[in-house]
Order: sequence, then structure tokens, then C-alpha cells
Amino acid sequence: MRSCFLLLLMFAIFPLLASAREAQSSAADPVLEERVMNLSKELRCLVCQNETLADSRADLAEDLRGQIREQMKAGKSNKEIVDYLTARYGKFILYNPPVDPTTYFLWFGPFILLLAGLFLLFRYVKQRRKLIIEEPLSPDERLRAEGLLKAQGKETA
Amino acid sequence: MSRFVIPLILFLALVVFLAIGLGRDPHVVPSALINRPAPDFALSELRDPTKIVTPQQMRGKVWLLNVWGSWCPACREEHPYLLEIARSGAVPIYGLSWKDKREDALATLSELGDPYVLNVSDFDGRVAIDYGITGAPETYLIDKNGIIRYKEVGQLNPEIMEKKILPLVQELNR
Repeated sequence: MRSCFLLLLMFAIFPLLASAREAQSSAADPVLEERVMNLSKELRCLVCQNETLADSRADLAEDLRGQIREQMKAGKSNKEIVDYLTARYGKFILYNPPVDPTTYFLWFGPFILLLAGLFLLFRYVKQRRKLIIEEPLSPDERLRAEGLLKAQGKETA
Repeated sequence: MSRFVIPLILFLALVVFLAIGLGRDPHVVPSALINRPAPDFALSELRDPTKIVTPQQMRGKVWLLNVWGSWCPACREEHPYLLEIARSGAVPIYGLSWKDKREDALATLSELGDPYVLNVSDFDGRVAIDYGITGAPETYLIDKNGIIRYKEVGQLNPEIMEKKILPLVQELNR
């Protein structure tokens, strides 16, 4: 029973400890912290790769944010910090992929597909148009059609 | 006929792409540091913290830098194979004890055996970031001039060792 109570107490206290630890670093300098978060939004967390560094709670992400914070404190510009990180982790760390030869397919692939689709559509429509053969009515058919039209005219009158 | 052939070819191409995608491990980020100088550090040694170790001390040697932590289950799994490499004497292994407590790291080494020539302690993980580490274990092969020649993300195993690392070690030792 007693250990159960201790366990509960632990669970109750744990979130407080966690938030205390997080609050500390951001309260220190809100302007700096905003800069850190803004830059982190442009970087990828390498542990959970579909998250930005800003959103991730992974340990490594925390370390990387710490590193960014430190370098900002040391007066480094955003570009310098991004260069530092890409030199180590490659361009993969950029959440917004840059346009360069390795990403041409990523950036331009959809447009190539769109153009290919338009080309195929155009060709298809052109081909179909050829299939529609306009045949004028023969004199016989013309007479029949006129007869039908007249008959209809009388009905409506 | 071509009405069926073209969609079939497109379908097969899609299957091939998806199969390649499935076979890839997305966590293996290609290292930007291959063929670049190994980042410098000055870290205290694990067993004797008064001693400072730098990569310059390994100049003239081809060596492995294995990143591990006592908190990392995959490292424990890798450990017996590291001992095997150390016994074979093929290439010296240096350890980077990543974000570990000194006593935990030492306890793990006395429990499982120590394959390392020596370990350096990266308590705050700063050097690990310098090396572009994304998780443990990760292993670098560094040549006589301190240039990184290979990086393995994840555990070493006999296949990787024999196909990739050992041939490189031989070539670099020449």
C-alpha cells in the first residue's frame, strides 16, 4: 500500500519536474529562445524524421537545440549555424530541401509529370477528333429528316 | 496489345520503386563527413578522467571510433562482436562514451568485457553532434591522417566488417 502511494506521488511530481526543467531554459532569454525556435522549425529532427527540430522531444533534438542556442549566444548568424549543421548531418537536416542537382527530381518531377499528362491528354483528344467522321446526309436522309421536322412543327402548332 | 503492356510496365516500375523504398532504412542518413577530417575534440578518458585524449594521438593509425552508451540496448547487442574484433587484432577500437554516466559506462565494461583501447567521455553529447551522430551505436573508420573513410550507422556485424571495413582497413594500412 505504501509503495503504491509512493508510486502515485512520483507520478504526480514527475510532470512538475519535467516542466520545471523546460521552463528554465526558455525563461532565461525569451528573444534568444524565439530565435532558437524559429531556426529549429527549418531543421529536421534526425531521430523522428518527419518532425522539425522545434517539435521534437527526442534527446538528440534537445541537444541540437542546445547547440543552436549556444552558437547564437556566441553571436553566430543563422546561416553560420545552418552551415555548421549541414557540414555534419548533410542537407538532410534541412526541413525545406534546397534546390540542387540531388533534389531536382523532387522539385521538378511533379511539373514534368504534369506536362507529360497534358501532352498525353492533348494527343488523346486530337486522336479522338480524327475518329469523328463528319458524313453529310444523303438526299434520301435529308428528305426523311425534313419530313420529320415538318410533322413535329404541325404537332406543336 | 499496347493497351495492356504500357500500364503493366508502369505498374512494374512502381513495384520496383516501392520495393527499393521498403528495403532502405530511412534512419541511415548518408554522412556528410566521409573523406573529411575527423572533427577535433579534447575529452577526458573514461578510466582515468585526468587524462585528456585528442584524435591527434591516433595519427599514423587506422582506427575505429565506436559511439556507444550503457543506456543503449543495441550497443549491448553489438558488444560481443566488438570483443571479437578486438581479439582478432584487425583494427583497434576506440570508444566514445555518449551521454553516459562514468560509473554506468565502467560497470557495463566490467560486466560485458572491454573491447576498447580506450574510451573518451562525451557527457554532454557535444562531440557527438560534431561527428553528426544520430543514434547509437555508430562507428567511424578513420585513417592515418585523421580522415573519416567510412561510417556505419547501427551495429557492426561480420558481413559489414568483411565486405566493407576490413578491405578498407587493409587498403589504408598499405
